[in-house]
Formats: sequence, structure tokens, C-alpha cells
Amino acid sequence: MSHLLEVNDLEVKFGLRQGDLTAINGISFNLDKGERMGLVGESGAGKSVTGFAIINLISKPGFISGGRVIFNGRDLAALSEETMREIRGNHISMIFQDPMMTLNPVLTIGTQMVETLQAHRRITRAEAEAIALEKLKKVQIPSPEKRLAQYPHEFSGGMRQRIVIAIALITDPEIIIADEPTTALDVTIQAEIMDLLQQLCESEDTGLILITHDLGVVSQVTEKIAVMYAGKIVESGLTDRVVNDPKHPYTQGLIKALPGSLQPGARLNQIPGMMPTLTDIPPGCAFNPRCPLCEAICRDQEPPFIPVDHMTRMVACHMVKLDPNMGTR
Amino acid sequence: MTTEQPISMKSDENGLLALKQVVKHFDISGGLLDRLRFEKGKISHQRTTVKAVNNVSFTIAPGETFSVVGESGCGKSTLARTTLGIYPPNSGRILYRGERIDNKNAQQMLPFRRKMQMIFQDPYASLNPRKTVMQTLEEPVVFHNPSISAVQVKDRVAEVMSQVGVDPKWASRYPHEFSGGQRQRISIARALMVDPEFIVADEPVSALDVSIQAQILNLLMDAQAQRGLTYMFITHDLSVVEHISSRVVVMYLGTLCELSPAKTLFDSPRHPYTQALLSAIPKLGRKKSGHVKLKGEVPTPINLPSGCVFHGRCIYANPRCIEEIPEARSVENKVIVACHAVEEGRL
Repeated sequence: MSHLLEVNDLEVKFGLRQGDLTAINGISFNLDKGERMGLVGESGAGKSVTGFAIINLISKPGFISGGRVIFNGRDLAALSEETMREIRGNHISMIFQDPMMTLNPVLTIGTQMVETLQAHRRITRAEAEAIALEKLKKVQIPSPEKRLAQYPHEFSGGMRQRIVIAIALITDPEIIIADEPTTALDVTIQAEIMDLLQQLCESEDTGLILITHDLGVVSQVTEKIAVMYAGKIVESGLTDRVVNDPKHPYTQGLIKALPGSLQPGARLNQIPGMMPTLTDIPPGCAFNPRCPLCEAICRDQEPPFIPVDHMTRMVACHMVKLDPNMGTR
Repeated sequence: MTTEQPISMKSDENGLLALKQVVKHFDISGGLLDRLRFEKGKISHQRTTVKAVNNVSFTIAPGETFSVVGESGCGKSTLARTTLGIYPPNSGRILYRGERIDNKNAQQMLPFRRKMQMIFQDPYASLNPRKTVMQTLEEPVVFHNPSISAVQVKDRVAEVMSQVGVDPKWASRYPHEFSGGQRQRISIARALMVDPEFIVADEPVSALDVSIQAQILNLLMDAQAQRGLTYMFITHDLSVVEHISSRVVVMYLGTLCELSPAKTLFDSPRHPYTQALLSAIPKLGRKKSGHVKLKGEVPTPINLPSGCVFHGRCIYANPRCIEEIPEARSVENKVIVACHAVEEGRL
């Protein structure tokens, strides 16, 4: 069975004077058509770099130093910039955190939408405008005809993010990568935008990679999840299962640290210390200095990322017991 | 020259801190030329004001954690700063232990400043990058006790640093040498240096990652237990609010919507805005729970809607809501709601 997107052992490095810095250290996952996946982790875990690496948009001094990104049978990491442009924004679109930074402030949104379409298809402005109008209706912008002629500053934050989503959808992509799409928005607007994104992905059968630090958002929108720590995926599986029964001590700590899972006023379960910077990742398991279960092997050997049950759960931890029904590997 | 004025220890119905009909508007009309408008053949003179806080009253009891929640632009931070006297209110009164503090001059405020401290959101912006941790922490102590000896200051800094979990031997380092979580610990230490009674924390954990956020919240709760602190906690993160607060006030466009004990508020929100706000929290492991959808967007605080400021987005609004500003009334056991629909029993 081949997947729509297959990321195999992806490695991203940043070339520095002191030597190369590994930002993404061999991660693998896949995405099927219409599937929604969450990529979660704290700042600096490598979530966004993974998103950029998929569309081969790592800017210097960063580079993809290993692994493959197979999309529809083609390795994106090996494509020329020219061929990549046919895919980027056309088959795979990206939505960023801050809609004000994404939209060009001196062009009307109509122009920006038409431009995107004309970059990928040979169509007239009138045809492109008709498609733009249809997409604006899809993202529930009131009076879209009038709105097409307006500039980004004439929209509120929530409306701007709707427009960014409309632009991402305009070429009917197979995958949308959304990097913290609602972090800059208020909670009531966030709920609306997430609903909209989920509903559109469902109706258009678009795959979604949702990059966020918010486990709550991920658990509402996605079917599967990958938890990143210090440039690696430490746990992945079905969202419901991972959130309700985390196996990796980091995922467990992260979920227990959320207020709301406890009696109000109780001490929160904190993970001691902080995530290592990329320059001094400890040997063995990167999480070992903060881990309550750490043993000698954790300090010496990197744990393999292996399946632990029949439900597609993968965990990178020496201390996690395999499901007894699995038999020996 | 410091004339130590004793602060009266009254704490009657005014609690530790009381706000009475506090109003804070900002004039943003700019210079004379910006204010001139040409209308119907005449030049008129217009002022533009941002109505950030409108007629807000509440009382904070000693030892409680009083949270202020609301979306961006609802006046939370302005309220915090007005409370501490950083912004003078346009009208209304602020009482600390029964004594009015909103009309005091800087000299008269000094004894109150020792009792009221603030922690800011962004630990990268709130610490002076050119001062060592030692310099940052000793400044408030020396300022408020000019007679204190250098040895005593050093001991005090070391003591507070270890209380907030930063090794005192790092006192000679600069803020850039610390991570976000550690900087926030240092900000907290700075507030604790003068032994305050009341701390206003403006989004103290919003800039931090989840695992670090838990550490800082624990630290704040520990400090409260050890020192009997009273917190006014400003945040937009409702799960944090639910966890740490004793009472919560919900604000919308500078106006108080609802004020309740935390448990009551989260169990049975009364105001339609509170209901919408709470239903929008993404909860872990719970698939779409059908949140209350609000019409439209938050209006600008420059041209406030007539009547109830929430009427344009409220599904229960009727003609009275458009005309008449609802009063904050106590509806039942310690719950205060400003809503005509609740008052009339329609909701």
C-alpha cells in the first residue's frame, strides 16, 4: 500500500561555523488521502522545520541532509526547484501562523488569489476571479464580491486567516500544511477557524498536517498524531489513543502538565528541566535528563522508534513495554 | 527621604482591593490637525477615544486568586495597569485596604507600591538586558529600604532566588543567559523581593511552553501558600484560570459580563458571552463538542455599541439590550451578571 505522502528518515541540518546542527534527526511518518495528522511539540522541537522540509523550503544555511519525502511516488527532496514549484502551492499548500505576515499588504486579496491561480494554471483573470469568489464563499466570507477588491488591513484577524485558508485551497491541493494556524487568534475565533478547516478538509478530501503546540486543538481535529521532542518523533499513533493513553514518558508528562486534567488548585505535574538546545542534545535518549523512568541504557543508547501495539502506535523509549499480544519482534 | 506611612489594616467589606465604577479611556486623536474633520462644509473638531475599561467594579478578598479573562482587546491589561496606578483612571475609585489610592501622588503611593507588585507577560521584554540578575533584584529592595546594608541585600537576593528555583550563584549573569522559563522565575523573584501582599500577574505563562508553564504555575501557587499572597491574574487561557482561581471576572469590550466563584462559572456560566467563551475551549480527548457560535466579530472599543456591548453577537438580544446598558447585578450566591436576559429570566 502506498501512501499519498511518505516521509522516510528525514534529516535536516543547519550548517554553522562550528559544524552542522541537526534540527530534524531522522523522522518518518506518512499521510493518506484526506487524512488529518497533528504534529505537536514544544518550541524548538522541530515541528515547523519538518513542515518546511516537506515542501523543500528550508532556507540557507539549512538543508535536507538525508531521507526522502515521497509524494505521489516522487521524492520531493531530490526535485529541482523548478519542478518543486509545480507541487508547492499547487498540490501541497501551506498556512502560516500570522495572517498579516502572510498576505501582501499592498495588493487586494482578489489580486493575491488570482496571482496564485495564474502561477499554476493557464487561465484568464476572469476565470480565476470566478474561482476565487467560489473559494471565498467556501470559507464563509460575507459579501465576497465586495471583499475581493479590499486590502488585508480591511479585514479582522479571523477573516484574514479565512482568506489565507481560501488561498491555500484555491488550487485544490491534496495536502495542506497548517503551521500554528490559530495561535495568533482568540479562543472563540480559533474554534471557528478550526471547525472550518476540518470541515473543508473533509468535504474536499484534503490531507492536513496540523503543526501546533496545543494538544487540545490537535485532539479535536486530527485522526493521528506525532509528538516531537528535540528533533525526533518520540510517539505516534491514533490521536484518541495517544491522548487518552500516552506511552512515552514525555507525552505522559506533557498531558499531565496541562491544567484541566486535575482538581483545581492541585499542584500541576511538571516535567523538570527544559528541552535541550540543539547544540547540546544529551547522548542516548534526548529526554533522559528529564525522564522519571531513566535507567543506564537510556543514557547510552538511542531508543529505536518501534511499534508497540497493533493499533499503529509507535514509541521511541527503552522503558515502554511491548503489548504482550504482539509476540516477539 | 522616606516618610514611612503606615497603611491602615482595615479590611472590611472593601476586601484587600476594591475597584468602584472604574473608567479608563485613552485619547488617541493625535495632534490638532489630526483632530480636525471637514464635514458638510464646516470644519469640526473631533476627539477619538478608546473606551478600554467602562464602569468596572469588584472587590478582591485577601488571599484569593482573582482572575480576569476575556479575549484580546477586552481591556484586561488596561484594567491591571489601572489597578496598580500605572494608568490613572478617568473616573471611579480604587481602594487598597479601604484607602483610596487612585488620587495619590508618587510620593504618597510609595508605601503602597511595596505592597503591590506586577509580573509581566514577556520575560524577554520585562528584564533589563544590561543589568545582571543581581542588579535587577536588588534595585527594588534598595529603593524601598535605603538604609539596608549591602550584606543584607545580598542575602535577600540569594534567599528569594533559591525560593523561585534559580541557583543564587547565577546572580552575576545577564538575562540573555537564561531560558524563557528561568527569566519568568527571575521576574517573579523581582516582584517578591519587597515582600508584597498583592501581585498582579499579566499573562505570566502565556509566552511559555506547556511543560514550563506547569513549573511556573506551581511556583506561583507555592509562593501564595507560603506568603499568603493575593493574586490578580490576567489571562486568556481558560484552563489555567479554572485551575488556579478562586473567583473569575469575564470581560468583554471593557465591560464586566460576569463575576463568579471559579467552580460556579465553569459549571454553570450564566452570561451568553461566558457560555460561548467556555464552549470554545478545545478540550483534550474530547471530539467536537458543538461550541456556541457567535455572530460577527468583536466591535472596536472606539465606537462602543449602544446598550449591552455584546448585543450584536448575542442570540438572546432583544430591543431592550440594544437601548439599555445592563447593570451588573447579583443574581444568586456570589454570582454577578450584567445581562438583561438573565435578569428577566429569559436565560
